[in-house]
Amino acid sequence: MTLLATIVIAGAITFGLRLSFILLWGRVAVPIWFQRALRYVPPAVLTAIIVPELATWQDRLDLSPANPQLAAGLAAALVAWRTRSIPLTLAVGMAVLLGLRLVTG
Amino acid sequence: MPSPGRKQQFFAGLRAEAPILLGVAPFGLIFGALALNAGMPAALVQATSSIIFAGSAQFITAQLFGAGASGLVIVMVVFVVNLRHVLYSASIAPYVKHLGLAWKVALAYLLTDEAYAVVITYYQRTRSDPAGPGSPDRRHWYFLGAGLALWVSWQLSTLAGLLIGARLPESWPTGFFLPLTFIALVVPALRDRPSVVAAAVAGLIGLAGAGLPFKTGLLLAALIGIVAGTTAERRDQRAAARRVA
Repeated sequence: MTLLATIVIAGAITFGLRLSFILLWGRVAVPIWFQRALRYVPPAVLTAIIVPELATWQDRLDLSPANPQLAAGLAAALVAWRTRSIPLTLAVGMAVLLGLRLVTG
Repeated sequence: MPSPGRKQQFFAGLRAEAPILLGVAPFGLIFGALALNAGMPAALVQATSSIIFAGSAQFITAQLFGAGASGLVIVMVVFVVNLRHVLYSASIAPYVKHLGLAWKVALAYLLTDEAYAVVITYYQRTRSDPAGPGSPDRRHWYFLGAGLALWVSWQLSTLAGLLIGARLPESWPTGFFLPLTFIALVVPALRDRPSVVAAAVAGLIGLAGAGLPFKTGLLLAALIGIVAGTTAERRDQRAAARRVA
């Protein structure tokens, strides 16, 4: 698969996912169990991406305080919880990471 | 109160999206730079921003491409990463059901995390008939304004990243914007116990499976997390039923 073909297919899939229910609403009966399970897709998938990402420091898993991404991630989570603001979460998380890296060298 | 016209709706949506653009524009700039560094041709980097038009999926596409992953793996990961958009689609669908196909296609294309967050809030706090029963619902113009604001800033910031990309210092932890953005999206949604259970289980299994190839650990963690969330919900409902009885 060429890179262009990959991008086009990935784009078509993304568009299809976004269009899915908008197009099918009222035309197709969706089973209740499926609708229920769908509700937990975002917290499950996104957290499964976030946690290993935060825990990976200098190309290996590091759950010690020497990994500044853990503190930065926690600070960002706190800001996200309190403010629900995406820009503020990004700013605080990045500031804590850069600050800790300065302190620890 | 007169019914807000199309133009007012459009610009209100645009304005509501403005603060989010501040957070998204650097993200687009970094995507342009990172994708170029990963070895993607500049034209395809720009094309990715309009064809896929989903920040995290684009970052992962560039990273996987740089790591030499096959197209099939990239496509599968993009599918998993963007699966949450089905939820947005289901949640927005009742509000746009009266629109024609062209509108549905255009709005679905613009249904990013950031547009969804702004638009669903607007739909939930406003009436479909602002000037009394039977008056027209023009809120899709607000959706269009918010969606286009994000689209334009995403294309321009990607272009800026392509132009100044090589000058970004190597030591900058720009990749950290990826987990931070996900934190900003997922944490505010953890307001009930089953969602917290789904996230906690998925996070732990994701950590344990971090060494598995081709993001299979991620897929496994997500599926088990979804089952855990659904199970917790059923348990809570049974407990509530017992309290009532």
